[in-house]
Amino acid sequence: MDVRRWVQIAATTLMNAWLLFPYTKTIYQGKLKSVCVPALTCSSCPAAVGACPLGALQTMFANVRPAFRGGEFQIGLYVVGTLGLVGSVVGRMPCAWVCPFGFIQELINKIPSPKIDVPRAFSWVKYGVLAIFVVLLPLIVVDLFGYGENWFCKYICPAGTLEAGLPLLILQPQLRGLWGPLFMAKLAILILLLLSMIYVRRPFCRVICPLGALYSLFNRVSLFKMVHHQDNCVRCGECYRNCPMGVRFYEGANQNDCIRCLRCLRTSCKYGAIGYEVAETFPFSKKPPAREIFDGKEGNTSCRK
Amino acid sequence: MEKEKNGCRKSYFLFVLFIFLLIAGVNLGEVDAVWEKAVTICLSCMGID
Repeated sequence: MDVRRWVQIAATTLMNAWLLFPYTKTIYQGKLKSVCVPALTCSSCPAAVGACPLGALQTMFANVRPAFRGGEFQIGLYVVGTLGLVGSVVGRMPCAWVCPFGFIQELINKIPSPKIDVPRAFSWVKYGVLAIFVVLLPLIVVDLFGYGENWFCKYICPAGTLEAGLPLLILQPQLRGLWGPLFMAKLAILILLLLSMIYVRRPFCRVICPLGALYSLFNRVSLFKMVHHQDNCVRCGECYRNCPMGVRFYEGANQNDCIRCLRCLRTSCKYGAIGYEVAETFPFSKKPPAREIFDGKEGNTSCRK
Repeated sequence: MEKEKNGCRKSYFLFVLFIFLLIAGVNLGEVDAVWEKAVTICLSCMGID
């Protein structure tokens, strides 16, 4: 098992470390819940010890008018600052290394089956989800008292259904009478996604996840950056075939969909064409010498400059 | 080379900017606001109600 898998296990365990929930029958309510974790999770998950940054962001936006009326200028700077800080250092790396929902997707995708790819155009959907469901609707659509709703959590979030909705329905039988068509619809979204995870690598991350969309905006400007050594690249496509996000690394080193899992660097590329650097001043991956001899068996030499 | 330097400056600028935003949010009491919401089971947020 590689290092990343251990990190995923550790992160998932740490984010869900409240193991007394079967006895308390409710969620953790300690002070750690004020800390936004850097990945998609659900604050209402009985085992969660941190706050979901997306849920917190929507809540801040949804309550911005009443907060202003009450003289509190709370517009979500704490959450934006936390996410921006993580993004400006490592870009979309948390998706690959610490996100529990990403981890679940990778595990389910291990079920033997024919694998299919998502059309690239679909990856733009998540930016729409971020703009509309996380920012605009919570800010604009408000009730008589000025309170908005957590639109993404309420109508879409499959992580919330899996990690909070279903466990709470099991733990608290009195809630079972309350679920209706909306929860059924969310359950259908979850089931469809779980099924698609068998055939498609990380379908939620690629198409829907607004947190991934937010982090992806930092990929080109983060302190940690991937590096493409063009002289060494033969465009064999091995990086693309092994990439959990279907990124063609040779088309650009810091594309929005790259989650920096480093699989291409460690297991795909035999030619030393992939590396990374931190803050462009501490190169951790020295550029290997360009290959001078190529036997023509493993790639397309005609593409090589 | 100049382009690389600018890229590096941009990275550091964003890093510092978001640290300031984080500190500003903490000073505005947003940590408590996040905590208050996170310790409450929001059924409507899960589509149950």
